[in-house]
Amino acid sequence: MTLSVQDLRVYYRTLRGEVKALDGVSFELADGEILGLAGESGCGKTTLGKSLIRMDGRMKHVGGRVELDGEELPIGDTVKMNPFRFTEVSIIPQYSMSAMNPTRKIGRMVRELLDSRGVTVDTEELHRRLDLVELDRDVLKRYPMELSGGMKQRMVMVISTLLNPSLLIADEITSALDVSTQKAVVTTLKGFRDLGFVKSMIFITHDISLTNQLADTIMVMYAGKLAEKAPSDAVVNRPRHPYTQLLISSLPEVGVRYADKKLTGIPGNPPSLLDPPVGCRFQDRCPLAFDKCREEPPVVEVEKDHYVACWKA
Amino acid sequence: MRQYFGRKLFIYGLTFFVAVTVNWLIPRFMPGDPVASMVARASISQPEAVAAMQAYYTDLFGLDQSLISQYFNFWAALVTGDFGISIWAYPKPVADVILGAVPYTLGLMIPAILLSWLVGNWAGALAARRKLLDNTVLPVGYILTATPYMWIAILLCWGFGVVLGVLPVAGGYSFALQPSWSWEFIGSLAQHWVLPFASLFLVALGGWAIGMRNMIIYELEADYSNYLAALGAPHRLIRRYAFRNAVLPQITGLALQLGVLVAGALVTEIVFSYPGIGSLILKAIQNKDFFLIQGTFLFIVLGVLIANFIIDVVYVVVDPRTRAGMAGAST
Repeated sequence: MTLSVQDLRVYYRTLRGEVKALDGVSFELADGEILGLAGESGCGKTTLGKSLIRMDGRMKHVGGRVELDGEELPIGDTVKMNPFRFTEVSIIPQYSMSAMNPTRKIGRMVRELLDSRGVTVDTEELHRRLDLVELDRDVLKRYPMELSGGMKQRMVMVISTLLNPSLLIADEITSALDVSTQKAVVTTLKGFRDLGFVKSMIFITHDISLTNQLADTIMVMYAGKLAEKAPSDAVVNRPRHPYTQLLISSLPEVGVRYADKKLTGIPGNPPSLLDPPVGCRFQDRCPLAFDKCREEPPVVEVEKDHYVACWKA
Repeated sequence: MRQYFGRKLFIYGLTFFVAVTVNWLIPRFMPGDPVASMVARASISQPEAVAAMQAYYTDLFGLDQSLISQYFNFWAALVTGDFGISIWAYPKPVADVILGAVPYTLGLMIPAILLSWLVGNWAGALAARRKLLDNTVLPVGYILTATPYMWIAILLCWGFGVVLGVLPVAGGYSFALQPSWSWEFIGSLAQHWVLPFASLFLVALGGWAIGMRNMIIYELEADYSNYLAALGAPHRLIRRYAFRNAVLPQITGLALQLGVLVAGALVTEIVFSYPGIGSLILKAIQNKDFFLIQGTFLFIVLGVLIANFIIDVVYVVVDPRTRAGMAGAST
């Protein structure tokens, strides 16, 4: 068992009160597993990713435990968390384009970063990994602005995984890329896992079809809670939660002419997390909602490895 | 690289030409006749003598020629380093008068500007995101930077000169001494330097500290800082990077300051009767001394251009993005 998250609650402190962005999420991630984390904006997926490595100043760890390789991660304590960062948990951020210091040559920045963590640079290994992502070794002698967007992205991928972390969080890293580059990034990430650079991975995205190509398991979140978690093909082909079903059905399909068939979205908006509704958080938008939905549905394993939080599942 | 500096030099050359022309124009279109005032100073009552003197001076300063030829003569003289003869300090050449004042201004301004920049940046960087320090540095900085130079100068004069009586409040050196290379003179020079320096230093300090504090906070919020923090880099490294990036706009600010350096702090020099360029400008204007006004302004223009050129070079060294701009310019 690589990662085990139990009943994790992380709230944002705002002037109007606490925003319950992550409200009791539990899941497990096995060695070598890639978990795709999907959902709308504001469903808590990025909050979950950030919680596992570095919370920002507004985030508050309210409850729950996170264990990585049998050791508890002190996620609420930013100082105690520091030894785990980069070596055990690492992140490829949303903002790869601006993640590197603009006034340092990349090679020097990497060296200074590793030095500050008390690790000496294994130049050969670094070169090997640059070759792997098809980056010229000369990029180390260049400044970030001399690289194209795709090159920066690959460079950040190499830096983030340089210390072979146990868990890698990839946060919306394909959102700004064109389709063919997205495919390349997904292939590279798979390669990183297969070569053992990272033990397991959480791939955060709002793009379910892309997740399907990469992830072994897909977890769908809604309004700070887990909606459904199952092996990729089960989520895509046999979704049980009404939210997942609507999410999948709103995706365009190859070969279908949408002149005849109108693409449907999900009507309505996610609830405010300042004061979320009692019971199932999807009840207001759910076509199947009934009286029982006023009570919160528990997460149930409906078949092997297929977890759903819905009374109708 | 060559093209970049070539282009820069061309722009500086053009600026110089325009500045010199404007500089030549302004005193000539000022109301009042400098020759008449010089003659009046001699207080001669005989009309023939007055006429003779007027003719002599007009000829001497070349004011009887047409404006166009005055203009060309001006350029010709300039190329040979001849700024003309001062009317106020007649018959001393303008160049000598200016060179006499320059050491005082530079000796006052360079330490004041550079030290306030260094100390201000250091204090601001230290205070950013550190509650206790921030709560002290920020208000002190705001008070200092909002204080008018002359007001703090007068306050210092009163405090140290009048109440405590420990420091002299006027002149560049004791009026009892003649400039020489003796320890006594140098000591007197230093004593007279302290208060004007302090007034300039303190006011500038606040501005730099506030600017740096804000820039550092901005840089600590930048993506590269967040990325480093997520990878567990220590605060020291993140702050070092932030400082390096935050200092760039401060360097631009310093360049602007260095530009006005030769102009001196006019008001400060007047408050302390400090014999620098600032006092000189005042006297030149009061006496309608065309040549001295031209000379000092020309000196200021040169100073601004040279300072800016130096900063251009420094920027190329510290900010790799400017180097990219140079490459872009060549395509």
